[in-house]
Amino acid sequence: MVKQETIINTVGLNCYFGSLCVLKDVSLEIYKKEILGIIGPANSGKTTFLRALNRLNYLNSSYSQKGDIFFLNQSIKKMSESILRRRIGIIFALPQVLPVSIFNNVAYGPKVHGITNKESVSRIVENALKKAYLWDEVKDRLSEPAVRLSGGQQQRLCIARTLAVEPDVILYDEPCSGLDPISTAKVEDAMQQLKQNYTQILVTNNTKQAARVTERCVFLLMGELIEIGKTDSLFTEPKDKRTDDYITGRFG
Amino acid sequence: MLAVATLMIVIPILLVIFYIVKNGIGAVTWTFITQSPRNGMKEGGIFPAIVGTIVLVIGTMLFSLPVGVLSAIYLVEYAKDNFFTRLVKLSVVNLSGIPSIVYGLFGFTLFVLLMGFGTSILAGSLTLAIMSLPVIITATKEALESVPFSFREISFSLGATRWQTIRYCVLPYSIPGILTGTVLSLSRAAGETAPILFTVAAFYLPRLPRSVFDQAMALPYHLYVISTQVPNMPAKLSFATGFVLIALVFLMNLVSIILRAHYRKKKLW
Repeated sequence: MVKQETIINTVGLNCYFGSLCVLKDVSLEIYKKEILGIIGPANSGKTTFLRALNRLNYLNSSYSQKGDIFFLNQSIKKMSESILRRRIGIIFALPQVLPVSIFNNVAYGPKVHGITNKESVSRIVENALKKAYLWDEVKDRLSEPAVRLSGGQQQRLCIARTLAVEPDVILYDEPCSGLDPISTAKVEDAMQQLKQNYTQILVTNNTKQAARVTERCVFLLMGELIEIGKTDSLFTEPKDKRTDDYITGRFG
Repeated sequence: MLAVATLMIVIPILLVIFYIVKNGIGAVTWTFITQSPRNGMKEGGIFPAIVGTIVLVIGTMLFSLPVGVLSAIYLVEYAKDNFFTRLVKLSVVNLSGIPSIVYGLFGFTLFVLLMGFGTSILAGSLTLAIMSLPVIITATKEALESVPFSFREISFSLGATRWQTIRYCVLPYSIPGILTGTVLSLSRAAGETAPILFTVAAFYLPRLPRSVFDQAMALPYHLYVISTQVPNMPAKLSFATGFVLIALVFLMNLVSIILRAHYRKKKLW
């Protein structure tokens, strides 16, 4: 197998909320343009890991971390948060739209990054909506409030909003937990298409989804990295008994 | 029981309004509203006092709105939970508990004497502004805190800076609350007597103020003067003055209600 290029690697990452340690010594590499799944039961630190990658954890004032995270071999501590978060976007668990129009939801990112030319913004919005497979459904109602969209459409709108700032990496924090199976399938389709250009990291509670969508998978348990490997082999012949127990549904 | 308790709130306000309207409405004429007082204030109108009160309210707003809103933004969006922040929050709470006459004395000492503004609109507005600050800060804080955290999270996650987040994702949604709080605190300032007693109010000045360093008549103080200091004052003139003052305050509250309703229609979450 060809050696894959690393886009993000974490080194001895320990994350704390107050004195509570939620991630213990996690070191792993994430390759360019892969879909990496992160599975594990509740409270295993999946979301914290995801949000550590673009420093969103720091919105919580009790958060602290040890170890380091490198994005393209540069420590993210040394990057400006604005640039880091533009390049590493995130999709939250529940579709979270701003109470403005569909168009303005997507245009928000470009706006804060200083793109004011109306034509450029329109072009960016259209492209982003097309990439998120939402354009055909909303092209005639761009000025409507985004909250009128269905849950699945809202979640794809969130993907479009993230794409509009042209990230390299997209983090998904259980993006389908509030969606019906058909909307879930549409979001997964969008992810498969986005694979060509983006690195994607998917936190999910749904092991079947992880098996369907991801290429490699990480199993976290109580803040510890138990196992990482190709999704196929992790699901068919896990090396660790705890992984086996989890994916066969004996706990979690 | 609950209905009775609720009625106890309604009855006094209705009685006050009824009593004032009944005794004062007869004297509220065009002349009364647009003329200066004459003959030792026993005749003529209260125009300078109306203008004085409006000028004071505007002056108060110019000082208290920016300071109040900015400090609330600081407290909610920037401040870390440390000794200084707790000190500021404690000060805000205690500021609202200070009796208004104490504000008056404070304003007199600081603005009139120490800073040398003299008895002036500037000194009076500043004193009223300090009195209004706690209400504006508290209302703004609540308005900011009522904006869902997810809006901030979305904004940050797209790479917006803290100020951009506040500017585009927090302030637009807290403006109704901020405006309501501001108007309510200003309407209270409009009706206060004690803070303006030593800082701006003129006993009898039958002309309009010429600059911010000028004294001015003001409705609450005028009402106090004609009710207690002028012998043989026709009672209906006092009630008429009270009526105008209440009408002015109600008008301001009405503005705040309309603003609120207007923004609520636009609210989408």
